[in-house]
Amino acid sequence: MDRASVIALLYQLADDELVVGHRDSEWLGLAPHIEEDVAFSSIAQDEVGHATLFYNLLADLGEGRADDLAFLRPAALRRNAVLLERPNGPGSYLDQPQFDWGYTIARRLFYDVFDQIRLEVLAGSSYAPLAQAAVKIRREERYHLIHHTTWFRRLATGTDESRRRLAEGVARAWPDVGGLFSPGEVEPGPVFPATPAELWDRWVAALQPLFAEVGLAWPGRPDPEGASPDGRRGQHTADLAELLETMGEVYRTAPNAAW
Amino acid sequence: MTEAAVWAALADVRDPEIPPVSIVDLGMVYRVVLTAAGAVRIRVEITPTYVGCPALEIIRRDVAARLGALEGVAGVEVAFVLDPPWTSDRITPEGRERLRSFGIAPPSCSRASPSSARAGADPSVPPSLTLILPTEAPPCPYCGSLDTHLENLFGPTACRSIYYCDGCRQPFEGMRSV
Repeated sequence: MDRASVIALLYQLADDELVVGHRDSEWLGLAPHIEEDVAFSSIAQDEVGHATLFYNLLADLGEGRADDLAFLRPAALRRNAVLLERPNGPGSYLDQPQFDWGYTIARRLFYDVFDQIRLEVLAGSSYAPLAQAAVKIRREERYHLIHHTTWFRRLATGTDESRRRLAEGVARAWPDVGGLFSPGEVEPGPVFPATPAELWDRWVAALQPLFAEVGLAWPGRPDPEGASPDGRRGQHTADLAELLETMGEVYRTAPNAAW
Repeated sequence: MTEAAVWAALADVRDPEIPPVSIVDLGMVYRVVLTAAGAVRIRVEITPTYVGCPALEIIRRDVAARLGALEGVAGVEVAFVLDPPWTSDRITPEGRERLRSFGIAPPSCSRASPSSARAGADPSVPPSLTLILPTEAPPCPYCGSLDTHLENLFGPTACRSIYYCDGCRQPFEGMRSV
């Protein structure tokens, strides 16, 4: 077994799910209507649950306690894609949140499609605990994909304003999209049997028909020159540091407490 | 001590979020292993409905307590396994009936239909985005009406969606096909 790649991959998976789950949870009480509060809370719970599973697999490999891995690691050790750490919009949860639903739906759908493809690949991983987890998680993530696709279509075909704001959200998310596909420290091989180029082609093949259906221009391959930091190599924005500060605040008050 | 006695005891362990339904009804118990030499030790393998289900630790505790109360049991081990993955097809006919009596529509049985990506279609196949359609709604568990529609794909727990019955004019929950 390529132990180093398994560990690197588990950090990417765990950190992606935890960070996006935290951003989802920040919609609680602020989503467009109460049904969406329920939906985003449920999605956040799913994602954090998946992160817990991946952190526990890291703990099984001797990386430390799952809770410590989740709450105590500094930003430079995190391996989530930068797309997922971006705030939901201007302001903060407690101070004048001007969160952006168009951006949220675009970011969410782009990640869901990537995650489905990644889980399909992982189902064929040579590392059995990861392959088994992927089969199970994929069945759950399917509902996220259905939900965010439905919203994407609804915003794109709703009013002039909803369409404009979705298009703006797509444009804002796009420079970060390439970062999802960075292999980071994962070496190509049986642990993760697909190349970044193959993932990208499958992602385009899944999304492009939806753009065509709703009449949104396909933005094309993101410009590598304008690319955002590579989160899979520990390069992050100040937004992640702020997120980790908030997320770990209670845990750090008593790291040995049983919750 | 027999394996059948252990299964009978497990039928007393309720789902903490749906009390009329046991973990056996839900098909969560994958396997029971007894070590026969000397004092009996029991290993129970449980396949979680959802990976992030917050009720799992409660279920672990309840299983350990119920089996620990059986005569001649020296130890109980509860393990969560993902292989096989839990699917809604594992719910027993009795479990489906008990869900309905509790006001939760049981999940539709999955059937492979690659041309459709409705939420009730085969959950192991990722949907093509352009084929995602409004979700089919199950019959109302209260009045049996088929005049129902989806209110929210997400509900009060990870495994449920919320529907509305236009027949008896009330909302109801449905267990998802997973």
